[in-house]
Amino acid sequence: MASNLRQLRDRRDSVTTTKKITRAMELIASSRVPKAQRKVRSAAPYADELKRAISAVATHSPEDHPLTRPVTDPVRSGVLVITADRGLAGAYSSNAIKAAEQLTASLKDRQEVKVYLCGRKGIQYYEFRERPVEHTWSGFSDAPSYQNAREIADRLIADFLTPADQGGLDEIHLVYTHFHSMLVQQPEVVRLLPLEVVDAPEDESSEGEEIFHEYQFEPDAASVLDNLLPLYVANRIHFVLLQSAASELANRQRAMKSATDNAEQLIETLSRQANQARQAAITQEITEIVGGSAALTDSTPEE
Amino acid sequence: MADPEPMHVDVVAADRQVWEGDAVNIIIRTTEGDIGILPGHMPIFANLVPCAARIITDDGKQEVIAVDGGYVAVDATGRVSILAQYASRSDEISREGAQHDVDEISRMMDRNEFTEDDVHRLHLAQAQLLAARHIDEQQH
Repeated sequence: MASNLRQLRDRRDSVTTTKKITRAMELIASSRVPKAQRKVRSAAPYADELKRAISAVATHSPEDHPLTRPVTDPVRSGVLVITADRGLAGAYSSNAIKAAEQLTASLKDRQEVKVYLCGRKGIQYYEFRERPVEHTWSGFSDAPSYQNAREIADRLIADFLTPADQGGLDEIHLVYTHFHSMLVQQPEVVRLLPLEVVDAPEDESSEGEEIFHEYQFEPDAASVLDNLLPLYVANRIHFVLLQSAASELANRQRAMKSATDNAEQLIETLSRQANQARQAAITQEITEIVGGSAALTDSTPEE
Repeated sequence: MADPEPMHVDVVAADRQVWEGDAVNIIIRTTEGDIGILPGHMPIFANLVPCAARIITDDGKQEVIAVDGGYVAVDATGRVSILAQYASRSDEISREGAQHDVDEISRMMDRNEFTEDDVHRLHLAQAQLLAARHIDEQQH
């Protein structure tokens, strides 16, 4: 009985320590989420500026660019999956991986799929299953910089521009986790390349033509576009990295919060059990003493 | 004749807005050479090379910003946007840091072991040094 009591107390102490750790991690994550959101926001002016410039140039540029040219019959696609470097973030990484699996499954019927990974969790997943991976990046999942995005973009653009018969890619998809709010983050799939120049407000209208003719390009429209599109690709990747980082931290905060709550509950139950065991031990002791003394008085009546 | 209204200028880098304000003159280096942009400039779209962009604000101050390329655009309304992957204001530049980068990367290039990324960093560091020098000239 005494050993049971000690076991319960030991377990309670260890859960208390765990709770301290998860609580600390929760606080760290929750302080970093706003920072990650701020980063997303401060990257916005650049993205807006770039988008405006591209829709101004691309929709009116006479020649089409290899990065925007749609491929009618893709034979090979690339998929970049963005996961976390560290665990303890709930289902964050596995959700992204699941979405990637669905995407590759649907692509596999018609074409070859090459996988690019970002984040150690995804790398572990693919390594464990011994699947081939084209290239991996890791070490920056919770605080990605533009430099990281640039690195990934350079590699992806290079592979995209390689002709398909030399192992190049016809399409590149991104799987990342979109940060809708603190509570909702969802894995999403977007096509990175070939680029879709989304908003072309003045497209085909006479006004648009005028705007194009008003611009003077230096050195010329084609090389301005050449300069812009890789920047745009890197910016897209930067955007999804930042989104994923914010989602990762929010997920971690939630996971750690529920871990802390669980630990609290566990501590309560264990305390109760320990108290019960202690009380039982005391009761038993008293019973033994009373029983013992009763036996003594019983055994010494004759004088 | 020239539009006396100062132009609104946005300088954005990949991860933040570097500078924003009204200016009366901008001197910046495009792939074709230095250009000056005054209010009322015709709409233009120009690729930049790494350089120190000089912006004369409407209150007569000079703002020097090191950019690593990107583009400058003037639209029909006279708004100017300068966009670069990396850009830094002169007051954020560490001259020692930039000099150190230049020296180190130059050494690496001498030994012929460099990546495209290093070339890029070299250009940026050189632009930063240039920006710092402009500021010094202004003060003397």
